[in-house]
Parts: sequence; C-alpha cells; structure tokens
Amino acid sequence: MRRYSVFAIAREALRYHTGWERAWRAPEPKKKYDAIIVGAGGHGLATAYYLGKNFGITNVAIIEKGWLGGGNTGRNTTIIRSNYLQDPSAAIYEKARSLYETMSQDLNYNVMFSPRGLIMLAQTEHEVRGYQRTAHANALQGVATEFISPQQVKELVPIINLEGPRYPVLGGLLQKRGGTARHDAVAWGYARACSDMGMDVIQKCEVTGVRTEGGKVVGVSTTKGDIDCDKLGIVVAGHTSVLAEMAGFRLPIESVALQALVSEPIKPCMDVVVMANTVHGYMSQSDKGEMVIGGGTDAFNNYTQRGSFHHIEETVRALNETFPIISRLKMLRQWGGIVDMTGDRSPIISKTPVDGIFVNCGWGTGGFKAIPGSGWAMAELMAKGHSPLAEEFHMYRFREGKFIDESVAAGVAH
Amino acid sequence: MLTLQCPYCGVDAEETELQGGGEAHLKRFGPGSNDDDFEGYLFLRENQKGIHFERWRHAYGCGKWFLAARHTNTLEVFGTYPAQSTEPPQHIKDAISAKLPGWKWGNFS
Ligand SMILES: Cc1cc2nc3c(=O)[nH]c(=O)nc-3n(C[C@H](O)[C@H](O)[C@H](O)COP(=O)(O)OP(=O)(O)OC[C@H]3O[C@@H](n4cnc5c(N)ncnc54)[C@H](O)[C@@H]3O)c2cc1C
Ligand SMILES: [Zn+2]
Repeated sequence: MRRYSVFAIAREALRYHTGWERAWRAPEPKKKYDAIIVGAGGHGLATAYYLGKNFGITNVAIIEKGWLGGGNTGRNTTIIRSNYLQDPSAAIYEKARSLYETMSQDLNYNVMFSPRGLIMLAQTEHEVRGYQRTAHANALQGVATEFISPQQVKELVPIINLEGPRYPVLGGLLQKRGGTARHDAVAWGYARACSDMGMDVIQKCEVTGVRTEGGKVVGVSTTKGDIDCDKLGIVVAGHTSVLAEMAGFRLPIESVALQALVSEPIKPCMDVVVMANTVHGYMSQSDKGEMVIGGGTDAFNNYTQRGSFHHIEETVRALNETFPIISRLKMLRQWGGIVDMTGDRSPIISKTPVDGIFVNCGWGTGGFKAIPGSGWAMAELMAKGHSPLAEEFHMYRFREGKFIDESVAAGVAH
Repeated sequence: MLTLQCPYCGVDAEETELQGGGEAHLKRFGPGSNDDDFEGYLFLRENQKGIHFERWRHAYGCGKWFLAARHTNTLEVFGTYPAQSTEPPQHIKDAISAKLPGWKWGNFS
C-alpha cells in the first residue's frame, strides 16, 4: 500500500493524479478463512483490523451485503464522547475516544477527528443533579469532564438562549476532548488497512445462513456461495436478530429507526457539540457549515431505514427554543438508520450459545463513538476467548440481572 | 405516516395520535418461574424482519389499547384487533399468509 502523505499529494499533483492506487481490493471470496466478520460497518471493520494488528490473524474476510459503511456507520451524526456513568461503559468508550485521537496516524487515513468539545445541557434540576453525579463518576474513572455554569455555557455557545421559558439552561456537562469525526473515513480507513494486511473486504455479498455442526460454527452461506470459517463474528447492528435467528439463538434486541437531518450550510457559528437531552435534540456544525441535527428514535420495530416525519419535526421544534437562530434555517436532507436497542441501552460483546460464534451489537443510537474500542475488545474476545474491556457486556447479563444501566446517561439518541 | 384503524372507535388513526406499546401477546412469567421463562418474558422480544404483532394505544383518541399485525420491512398493516384477544384472528393470519407464506411468530403461524 502506498502511504498517503503531503509528498504523495505533491507527486500526484504533478502527474494529473494518475498514480493513486485503489484504496482496497475487491476480491472474490476464498473457500475458507480463519475468521469471518459479517457486516462491514465501523465495528466489523475495526474488529477485523485489530484481529490483524493486535493478534496477527489476517486470514479474515469481512462480508457486507451492501457497500462498506452503508449501514449506520455512514448515517450517524458522528458524536464522540465518553462521559458515561457506569464503570464498564466509561472504560470502553474512553478507550475508543483515546484511539480516535491517534486514528488518522495509525491508519494513515484522515478521519478528521475533531475534539472540539461537547456539552450536555442541564435544563431541569433533575438533570443538574444527574450530570453532577456523572462528573464525579467520571473523575473517579479518569475521564476528563466537568460541570459548568450557564455563563460558561454561553461563552462556549454564543448562539444559545439560556432563558428558554420552559427549559432554561441551568448548566452543562462539558467534555473538552469529545467531538466529532468523519464517519465514512473511519470505515474507509479501516477497510484500506484491513485490505493492506491481506484481508478480504467482500461487498455486495449477503449472508443468508449460518452453518453449524455439533454446536460449532463451520461457515456461512452467502449470495456468493458457501464460505467456511473457524470463527464467526456477527457485527450487523439493526440486523442482529436476523443473523441470530440463522444461528439459532435469541438476543434481547429490538430494531428501530433513528433519524437525523442537516440544514443548509451557514457561516461558522458553533464550534462545540451541544446535546439537549430533556427536549430530545442535539446539534453540531459540520466543516461544510451545515447544522447536523438529531433526536430520538421512532416508537416501533422497523427495518426500512426510513423514519416517521413527525419525529424530525419534534426534534427541530425542541431545539428552536434553545437555538432561536435555527428557526429560519432550511433543512436540506433527512435520513434514517436501523438501530439495535437493548434493554439497558448498553452494547453486547459476547460469546454465544454456538461455539465459535461471537456477537457485537446493541450499540443502538450511540455506537459510532465506540468503534475503535469495540473493535479492540471484540478482536481480543475472538482471538483469546476473553477480553477485560468486554467482560461485563456479555449477552447473559440480562438473565443474571447485571445490567449496565446507561438509560440515564444516554437519555437522548446519539 | 403509519395509519392504524382503531378497532374500538373505528377511527383511522395517524401515528401522531397513537402510542406504541411493544410486542403483543406476551405471556407473563412471575416470581417462581424458571430463569429461561423469566428472561424471555422480561427481555427477549420478537424482532423479525417480516411480520410483527404489537400493542398500540389510541392515546389521543378513545384512549383504548389494541393490537396490530404489521410488516416491519414494508410497513404494510395486515389488520388491527382488540387487546383482549389471546391470538390474532384467523382473517388476519390469512392475510399474512397470502404475503408471507410459511410465516411463524412466537407460537403463531
Ligand atoms: C441517524 C443516526 C445518528 C446516529 N448518531 C450517532 C452519533 O452521533 N454518535 C454515535 O456514537 N453513534 C451514533 N449513531 C449510532 C451509530 O451509527 C451506530 O451505533 C454504529 O454506526 C453501528 O456500527 P456497526 O458497524 O455496528 O453497524 P452498521 O454500520 O450498521 O454496519 C452493519 C453492516 O452489516 C451489514 N449487514 C446486515 N445484514 C447483513 C447480512 N445478512 N450479510 C452481510 N452484511 C449484512 C449492513 O449492510 C451494514 O453495513 C447514530 C445512528 C443513526 C442511525
Ligand atoms: Zn380509538
């Protein structure tokens, strides 16, 4: 693989950009792999990447029914933060956030990580207490966050209206090294690095069956024929239940639509990410100038990658009071993705009842921020059989009552 | 927008009038039941890409709970029926079979 660098750009500029090579190969599947990952979203690709990088396992295929990054990874609003309440969450999300800091260098691919700072607004007394508690928990977990006053919020976000009649801003939980990254680039960067290690990223190939013998996985059936493997990682977000059914087990997951939208581009006016969980909306400004807006999930099981329009309206209406300047903005695009929700709003990274099958899912509305940490843990689990980071995220925690309850910290979808 | 006919008041209710209530026909397992049943009742839900039976409340209408059969990938509604039903009515099952031959959901098919 030829490295990207300023010299490469100069060289190519002098020869009309004819020398760029393809970022990744487009191979046909082999008969057999040591490990197959189903789903070329961020989590699947990161899993494959760390299998190779940390454990030297490179006879790996990543199988994707659509195009890589075309699932939730390419549909999300790219908020990155690690200000969670529970210790296992703080550990894996902060691992992920710290890996984002050096991801561009690590992958030799500009993922445009922008630790511009992130504020979660406290707009009720209850939220004030909740976020103060989170700030204390984060201090003990080694995650840098602080609770700031309304005046400090105003300094960071001049366009905010502190005195909303219904929900005045009473303070905020600030994570200075939270922010955003370019979602496609994360998928593309990992894919390029995986391909470079000799792994096969196979697109437009749907897994239609999981083959087992004597309680152990032996391979998958796909639209490009049967492919064998010793280990199988299921990393398909909203389609987790469909794959689990093929493999013969159930998971505590429901699939629902989550939507987002962007406005027409405007001049730079907000250089932090702001989340308003009480009114259910959040907003950041993209490098192109668009205001990127998201809110809550739709209310019913859905696989259509489309959501209900009134939810979009509710989200924008909710943000209007806190950000009066958006009331005249035209909205450009709106889209949806199918997110995989668990009961405690925490993910599942786990062995399964079938020997050799591992599952990574349940990231729901907030898994983009976790991609590198999740891949790191999932690779370790698949390679070694256990991973400290994934320890508590196993699928049996529900029946054991060992929830990792983040429904408070993740009051809004992001 | 999703539209469901309320089987009580007969109104074609738009989604904004309704409140979703999750999976229908759940059988309750209380204290004293075994771990598998208890886990299934509390946490494991049908989540098919295909047919789904679910609870809805005509929240901004007559206020009643009812049940609906819906396709999760086309959003086609096969019918709605009263919340007291312990099983989907035959005509709804037939309508589903016409579109999804061999369908299976929980104990129903
Ligand atoms: C609108 C929206 C906004 C969001 N905002 C944020 C945010 O701001 N911050 C944040 O951290 N998270 C956010 N999220 C959540 C985040 O996008 C997801 O948690 C994350 O991208 C999941 O990544 P993944 O790799 O697990 O899944 P995906 O990216 O969905 O990848 C799964 C892949 O599996 C493939 N697949 C499925 N079935 C099969 C099959 N049978 N065979 C082969 N391939 C298959 C799919 O095509 C898909 O490409 C948002 C999500 C949405 C929808
Ligand atoms: Zn009614």
